[in-house]
Amino acid sequence: MPDLGFYATAVLSAYGISLVSLAAIILASIRRGAMARRRLAEAEAREAAK
Amino acid sequence: MAMNSIWQYANPKRFMTVSGYALPPLAVASAAFLIAGLYWGFFLTPEDFKQGTSVKIMFVHVPSVIMATGTWFMMLIASLIWYVRRHHVSALAAKAAAPIGMTFTLMGLATGAIWGQPTWGTWWEWDPQLTSFLILFLFYLGYMALWEAIEEPDTAADLTAVLCVVGSIFALLSRYAVLFWSQGIHQAASFSLDKEENVDNAYALPLLICFIGFMLLFITLLLLRTRAEIRLRRVAALEARERMSDA
Repeated sequence: MPDLGFYATAVLSAYGISLVSLAAIILASIRRGAMARRRLAEAEAREAAK
Repeated sequence: MAMNSIWQYANPKRFMTVSGYALPPLAVASAAFLIAGLYWGFFLTPEDFKQGTSVKIMFVHVPSVIMATGTWFMMLIASLIWYVRRHHVSALAAKAAAPIGMTFTLMGLATGAIWGQPTWGTWWEWDPQLTSFLILFLFYLGYMALWEAIEEPDTAADLTAVLCVVGSIFALLSRYAVLFWSQGIHQAASFSLDKEENVDNAYALPLLICFIGFMLLFITLLLLRTRAEIRLRRVAALEARERMSDA
């Protein structure tokens, strides 16, 4: 861990907010992709059952 | 011939096939560049003689700000393609890009405020560049809300495309206001072809790696989200057909 001195709070909070934001958009995108895939599979199964 | 080969990806089936192959290597490359760039920027760069260790904020702030405006311009191009050629994939790509761009904008605003406090002595200033960037964030929210508010997808694509054109003015201002609006506090770009203006190589190289990582992450998430939008559009079409056959 580098010695951040006077700016430790600023630097750590900037990196913290950035990493949390990136993780949030990555997780949200993966979840939306999985939801779309599941809903399409269900709709196609209903279509095939007719 | 070259132009024809671009438009073949506007076919949703073709897009799904190609993006399916491209996603895994893109995800690995974006993770590798992001980890390498952020590690280098945080752990291995020296203190700046003026800004001290707060210069390390640059490695998250600068790429997120560039990607925030870059994403809006990508949405503008996709929206114009929708207007001119009516390719649904381009409208859905613009829709898919908005939450990613909004996240980059939020990161840029937050890290900018955190960096501004020790550098300028204030979290926020109603400076032309900062204010344009805040308005760009509001445009992102408005753009996403408009997509959700309109049920008919083609109408939503038309209206959001208009919003995208208007918002581009603020995207331009947020990037270039510092060049022609002399009353702001924000400094000029960190990346420049002019060696006098550019940051030192000790910072420029990790910054470049971070920027490539952010760009690759954007492309990865864009493909992932566009694929989801294409699938959801197919779901909507199948459900509409079900309703018609039930009636």
